[in-house]
Amino acid sequence: MNILLILIPLALALGGLGLAAFLWSLSNRQYEDLDGAAWRALMDDDTTPRPRSEDGR
Amino acid sequence: MATDLATPAADLRQFLRLSPDEAFASLDLAVEGIKCAACMATIERAISREPGVVGARVNLGAKRLHVTFERREADPARILRRLDELGFKAYPFSPRHSEDSKAQEMRRLLRCLGVAAFASMNVMLLSVAVWSGHETGLDPTTRDLFHWLSALIALPTAAYSGRPFYESAIGALKRRRVNMDVPITLGICLALAMSVFEVLRHGEHAYFDGVVMLLFFLLIGRTLDQVMQRRTQLVAANLAALRAEHATKRLPDGTWRDVPIDMIEPGDVILVRIGDRVAADGRIEDGRSDIDQSLVTGETAHRAVQPGDEVYAGTQNLGGALVVRVLKSQEGTLLAGVERLLAQAAQTKGAYIRLADRAARLYPPLVHSVALLTFLGWMMMGIGWHDALMIAITVLIITCPCALGLAVPAVQVVAAGAMFRNGILIQSGDAIERLAEIDRVVFDKTGTLTLPAADIANRAEIPAEDVMLAARLALTSRHPLAAAIAVQDPSAKPLSTAREVPGEGVKACHAGQVVRLGSPAFCEAMPEAEALAARFPGASIVAFRHGERLALFAIRQPYREDAETTVAALGAMKLPAEIISGDRPRAVAEAARDLGIANWRGGALPGDKVTWLEQMKRFGARPLMVGDGLNDAPALAAGHASIAPASASQLAQTQADFLLVGQRLGAIVPAIRIARKARWLMLENLWISVLYNLIAVPVAILGYATPLVAALAMSGSSIIVTLNALRAGRISGDGPGERP
Repeated sequence: MNILLILIPLALALGGLGLAAFLWSLSNRQYEDLDGAAWRALMDDDTTPRPRSEDGR
Repeated sequence: MATDLATPAADLRQFLRLSPDEAFASLDLAVEGIKCAACMATIERAISREPGVVGARVNLGAKRLHVTFERREADPARILRRLDELGFKAYPFSPRHSEDSKAQEMRRLLRCLGVAAFASMNVMLLSVAVWSGHETGLDPTTRDLFHWLSALIALPTAAYSGRPFYESAIGALKRRRVNMDVPITLGICLALAMSVFEVLRHGEHAYFDGVVMLLFFLLIGRTLDQVMQRRTQLVAANLAALRAEHATKRLPDGTWRDVPIDMIEPGDVILVRIGDRVAADGRIEDGRSDIDQSLVTGETAHRAVQPGDEVYAGTQNLGGALVVRVLKSQEGTLLAGVERLLAQAAQTKGAYIRLADRAARLYPPLVHSVALLTFLGWMMMGIGWHDALMIAITVLIITCPCALGLAVPAVQVVAAGAMFRNGILIQSGDAIERLAEIDRVVFDKTGTLTLPAADIANRAEIPAEDVMLAARLALTSRHPLAAAIAVQDPSAKPLSTAREVPGEGVKACHAGQVVRLGSPAFCEAMPEAEALAARFPGASIVAFRHGERLALFAIRQPYREDAETTVAALGAMKLPAEIISGDRPRAVAEAARDLGIANWRGGALPGDKVTWLEQMKRFGARPLMVGDGLNDAPALAAGHASIAPASASQLAQTQADFLLVGQRLGAIVPAIRIARKARWLMLENLWISVLYNLIAVPVAILGYATPLVAALAMSGSSIIVTLNALRAGRISGDGPGERP
């Protein structure tokens, strides 16, 4: 049963990583515009400076 | 008398918002015409190249543009010009405070949901091991370890993710009421306490998995509820920005400046130009004019006003420019009267009890008494208080309203999406249920069955030559009735000698003769005008005189294109239509005849409309009120359900349950179909939840509900209810409506 001492923390850590990623993307307002995000993935704007959005909003 | 002014540019700087460090300023714009990703890319690329702009980001879902400037170089007007060049019409607006707090609430729910999802995954991982351990003989020490780990995850999760429920439950208890969150909170607390107690005495069963899963499903329901509200709110705010009303205010130095209507205060002096709407209630200081009150009272005949008279917000100035001193809307003014009626209507309406709340009202006493009886029953069987309490608590856990919490919001979200595709916005949560129950439709006439813009009714009878000349004269006037004549000949050029006589009409010299266009008195055509008015009861008469020649235009608001087909379609659904209007009875009778409506009432004051609707409701009818004017607002509040077109006055819009986006009145028909289907699905979902409880509760009472059974039953019922709700999205609006 010693394997549990590795597996359980590992499972929790992986889950926690997912949760942290979700909370990070949420605080980065990545869910504000789901329609637009679907299209942005297809845009070739890597060559030009990407429009930024910042400030408190 | 104040002369006509060129429109000064509205001051856009007031829409700028500063970042906390004041280095940047940002501007939010509602943009009309954003349709696809290409528009998004075009706008972002063009705007971010403008000088002073740090970033531009389009929100495709909300049809908005957020621009960030270097604070010193911010120039909103330039952005609007650039967007105009690109072919987009944009309207600045300051996001309302309520919208910000809604967005925050949404993010908070999502955070809670994320934490609950994480916890259910991991607790379930441990629980599956424990469950299979019951069969394979898991070492009790390892089981205890797993239980402790589960507790370590579940307790903080319940403390964090459960807050929306606890807060709502405490709020309800403080108001001495019971809502669905009270049994939820009680169930969660009891289940946690029992599980911790069990783990301490090395027991076999702990319900940590059930608790976190319950939270997870309930949070999905809550989030769906918010999603629906937020989507409507975004679109409604855009609509408001698109129609943002401005007023011309006199500044202390005597100059005039366009400001948003919210910035007008009592005591200010405003200028109302010909054709403008009066921005606020006030008393005329200077100028004479005719006022069109149709948006306020529904009356299409105009009222002559002079200095000292009062004018009301929402009325349209037809004659000459007016200088108005804004008054507080005092007791006795029209708006105050409308507001009093509104309060009255809200009172007599009696709170409609939502389906979910009706279920919630039955629920707590029922399950709590079942749990108590279970406890007492097992005590009498003599199994000891500990085991009896355990079983009673499992009953509480298994009846926790998982599916009940999802049953209604899931359907609402899907139905709201279907309505949105048909051009209807839902403004209140229980509106779908109420719309499904209506049995008749009451229309307002002016602006609802008719279009807001006027048209010539007797166009065919007037020689083309006269129409052309009248159109040239009409170009000089800013009177709204003149606009209806001017559009008859798009290539017309104004006559150079034309001159407007305020309050009367336009006069010019043409081919050596005087030509006149204006009121019948102005053109010396009173007897002829009266004859024409008798033939077109709802119309306003405009006269045209060219020497001996005389032409009379009967101008009225045309019916909405699909007004007649809508009334017919409603008739086919066994929903009789009626008209109640503030306009003259003769004009209303004509409209009723033209559209094939048997029941009508004219000359109704705002109060009469409310009384009429209440009388109907007293006889058990459930009227749907469709109206747009300020005078309809109380009636909209009094109706069982209500719809307003997007062109409606602001007060009417806030009172209506639904908004029609676009010109089509016909969207009412699919809206009713979707609502009926949605209500049917809600009921179905509630019955599924009841069925689930009928099966699960006896199992729990008999003491067979292990954590495994509880987990399977709860998640199973939630998934069935959600899948059932998705069927609401398949209504296209064309098929036959389901009848509850």
